[in-house]
Amino acid sequence: MSEIINRLALIEQKLQAVFSPTELEVKDDSYLHIGHEGAKQGGGHYTVRIVSVSFMGKSLLERHRMIYKALAELMLKDIHALKIFAYPA
Amino acid sequence: METLAKIKQQIESNSIILYMKGTPEQPQCGFSEQAVRLLMACGKKFAFINILENPDIRQQLPQYANWPTFPQLYVKGELIGGCDIMTELYQQGELQQILDQIETQSD
Repeated sequence: MSEIINRLALIEQKLQAVFSPTELEVKDDSYLHIGHEGAKQGGGHYTVRIVSVSFMGKSLLERHRMIYKALAELMLKDIHALKIFAYPA
Repeated sequence: METLAKIKQQIESNSIILYMKGTPEQPQCGFSEQAVRLLMACGKKFAFINILENPDIRQQLPQYANWPTFPQLYVKGELIGGCDIMTELYQQGELQQILDQIETQSD
């Protein structure tokens, strides 16, 4: 359980550090996917809602890529799926 | 054929192609299911690759595309995005526009 809480904190920390967001909300949706293929491998399902000046002038594709990059280490194992809502401040 | 060559050929030879988990009839993941639903709502035919049956593509496409997750939608050789982006574009009417452009341009 503590590992799961830490994971959420880790995602927040990394996004906080890279984007200095004015708004940031990370939700753990893993409970919605218990027994699902990805959940069996141990990766969690998360939703990120983030508002940052970093996203100004960036396309949706670019914003998502920036977030995936910031979370690259976690994308390997800890995160199975990530729902992203990223907006410019 | 080498996997990367195969991927390039698939993306280049299909104006709309979805890399997904499962098939449009039987999607194996909620995000892939949603992607299929959006394309169908736009009334477009599309090609698809079931990555669960193509482990080599599943492994190599994320790196090639610089995109870590599935589904992935490509239109005219270009990555549009995954389920969230498709949903956002659809809600803004842009997905329809992007897909409609293909028909006007093709002979």
